[in-house]
Amino acid sequence: MVDFGGWELPQQYTSIRDEHFAVRRCAGLFDISHMGRFKLHGDGSFAFLQGLLTNDLSRIGPGRAQYNLMCNERGGILDDLVAYWGEDGFIVVVNASNRERDLEWMRDHAPAGVEIEDRTFEQSLLAFQGPSAASLMPASGLDDLPYFGFRPGKVAGTSALVSRTGYTGEDGFEIFVRAERVVEVWDAILEHSAKQGALPAGLGARDATRLEAALRLYGNDMDEGVNPYEAGLGWTVRLDKGEFVGRGALTSVKRDGPKRTLVGLKTGAGDIARHGATVFKSGTRIGAVTSGTHSFFLGHPIALAMVEVASLRVGETAAVDVRGREAAAEVVQLPFYRGSARSAAAAPAKP
Amino acid sequence: MADRVYSKTHEWLVVEGKTVTAGITDFAQSQLGDVVFLELPNPGRKLEAGESFGVVESVKAASDLYSPVSGRVTAVNDKLAGKPELINSDPYGDGWILKLEVTGELPKDLMDEAAYKKFTETGA
Repeated sequence: MVDFGGWELPQQYTSIRDEHFAVRRCAGLFDISHMGRFKLHGDGSFAFLQGLLTNDLSRIGPGRAQYNLMCNERGGILDDLVAYWGEDGFIVVVNASNRERDLEWMRDHAPAGVEIEDRTFEQSLLAFQGPSAASLMPASGLDDLPYFGFRPGKVAGTSALVSRTGYTGEDGFEIFVRAERVVEVWDAILEHSAKQGALPAGLGARDATRLEAALRLYGNDMDEGVNPYEAGLGWTVRLDKGEFVGRGALTSVKRDGPKRTLVGLKTGAGDIARHGATVFKSGTRIGAVTSGTHSFFLGHPIALAMVEVASLRVGETAAVDVRGREAAAEVVQLPFYRGSARSAAAAPAKP
Repeated sequence: MADRVYSKTHEWLVVEGKTVTAGITDFAQSQLGDVVFLELPNPGRKLEAGESFGVVESVKAASDLYSPVSGRVTAVNDKLAGKPELINSDPYGDGWILKLEVTGELPKDLMDEAAYKKFTETGA
C-alpha cells in the first residue's frame, strides 16, 4: 500500500508486470475512487466552466466529456481534469492531490447561483481498461457509446454512470457508482472477466500504462510552473472561445512559442531515469526527467523529459543521469505505445 | 542445508563452512515491488562487510545492495540477468544473488527467522 494524496492505494494486487500485461492484452480493473469528483449545480455552470477551463465546452454537448486544463492567471497549470456534461449539470473529475485546492479555486471563482458539491466520498469510481474491456463488461447497451461519451446505465444490475474514458491508452470505461455498492460492482466485473484474463490492477500498472500512452501526470509532468504548451497540451487551449482565466498569458506563450517541451526517452536495460534526473546533450544540461519507469510491455525503460525547445529531435541520442552516471537515451516519438483507445483528438464529439 | 540468517539491511545468508549464499529477503522484495534489473559485481571482487556491491532496480526505485559479510565473490546468479523477476517469485531459491568465500568473522547482529520477523514488524 502506498499513500497517494491521503488515500491508501495498492501499488499492485499481485504483480505490476502481470497487471500491466492484463491491461494491454485483455483488461484490468482499477479502483480510482481517490480522484476528486465535483457536481456543479445551477444554470450558470456552463458559462462558469467556459471561463475557468482552457478547452471549449461548446464543442461538446450533453452526454459527452472533455479533457481540460485549469490554469492560473499566469497560464500555469493548476490541474488537468475531465468535464462531463450531464443532463442535470456538469461533473468535474480532478486529481486526488489537488482536490481541496481545486474546490477552493472553483468556489472562489463561481458566480452566485453556481454551486459546487464535492461528491468524492459518497461516490466511488472504477476504471475497467483494455482491448477486451467492452466485451467483458457485465453491462449491455455500451457498444455504441462513443469515446468520451457517457450515460447512466446498469453495471451488473447496479445503477451507475458509465463513461468511455480512461488513463491507459486502451479502450475502456470509467464507472461512477454509489460508494456503498462499489464492492459488488467490483466483484461482478471481475467475476465476469477473470476467466478471460482480466485482473485487478494497482497504481504501478496505472502509472506504467499511462506513461506508455504519454498521458501526463499532474505533479510529475506538469504543475503550476508549467504552461499547457510546454506540457504538449496546447490542443486543449482554445484561445478563440472567449475570455477564460489565463487566456492573456497563454496568448503570449502561443505567440512567442514555449521555451520548453516534453520529449520521450528510451533507455537501455536497467537504466530507469527517475523524476528529476538531469538530461544532457553534448555535456550541457538541457532539462530534466518528469516521469520514468520500466515498461514491461515494451521491454525497456521509458521516460518523459522537459527539455529546452528544439534541443532534441526524434532519433537523436541524449544522456540522462541514472544512479550518478550518464546513460544513453534515445529520443523517441510520443506516445511510446498507442493502445486500443480511439484518439480523443480525432473525435471532436459534436452532439 | 544450514539455516538462513538475516541482516538488518534485509539480506539473507546461508552459511556453509566458509561459503555464504546471499540474496534479499521476501520482505525486501515485497517492499521493492517488481524487480526489473540488477547491477551485480563480477566474481573475484572483494567485499567488505557493509559495502554496497550492487543495485536492485524495481519499478518503484533503485536500492543499493549491501554485503553483510566480508569476503570474495565466487559466483553470481547468471539467471537474474534474463529473469530479474526471480527476486520476487523465489527470493530464497532461484532468486539467490551471489556466493561469497568469507574472510574473517561473521557479524554478530545477524538474526534468525523469528528475530528477523520481529524486526520487520516492529523495526527493533
